[in-house]
Amino acid sequence: MAMLHIVNKSPFEKVSFRSCLNHAKAGDSILMIEDAAVGAIDGTSFSEKLKAAMADKTVYVLGGDLAARGLSEDRMIDGIKSVDYAGFVDLTVENETTQSWL
Amino acid sequence: MATKKFMFVNRKAPYGTAYALESLEVVLISAAFEQDVSLAFIDDGVYQITKGQDTTGIGQKNFSNTYKALGDYEVNKLYVEKESLEERGLTQDDLMDLVWEDEDDDWAEKPSIIMVSRSEMADVMAEQEVTLSF
Repeated sequence: MAMLHIVNKSPFEKVSFRSCLNHAKAGDSILMIEDAAVGAIDGTSFSEKLKAAMADKTVYVLGGDLAARGLSEDRMIDGIKSVDYAGFVDLTVENETTQSWL
Repeated sequence: MATKKFMFVNRKAPYGTAYALESLEVVLISAAFEQDVSLAFIDDGVYQITKGQDTTGIGQKNFSNTYKALGDYEVNKLYVEKESLEERGLTQDDLMDLVWEDEDDDWAEKPSIIMVSRSEMADVMAEQEVTLSF
């Protein structure tokens, strides 16, 4: 039962992203949207925590939200996949369930 | 009208919530009333002034250019906290080149961004008469 976890809050401001990582299961997918997109950047106080989760989970970011905040995709943690809104829809279809971490 | 020292504390990333845009609007209103306005960018607020913001993918208006106009309203003290940048993997090079023109110095262009440490930011905050948080 693979689940898509959708996170929309900055990991530097709220604990919801950390709580998501603490509860997501191996094989799950995590999609960062809106303010959560800033969590995709490498070399931050949060990046090691996300890299650890990527050992057994797939992580995506909505590319438009990254660009809106002036962050280029070449600064992302290796292995994070950038998707557009169509890709967002695909992820909700591919996964049996979704959970939003508001 | 009496002039007071106003500080606007910006702590949130742009576009995810309306705080950044709302702050900018009140900053411009305060400047119109000829107040002594300073801006603080701490925590996720530093993302408000990153360069190269491109909102075409999210269908929202890109208001980052408005920060470049602040100098024309004599809003030229933009304090940015170094630690907040570092925690987010950013440096001053990632920020827009925000300047103002000094009419007392033959309109020389001068930087509006003032990089400060967390303790220096606390000192600047302590000097203010009115503080508004966004």
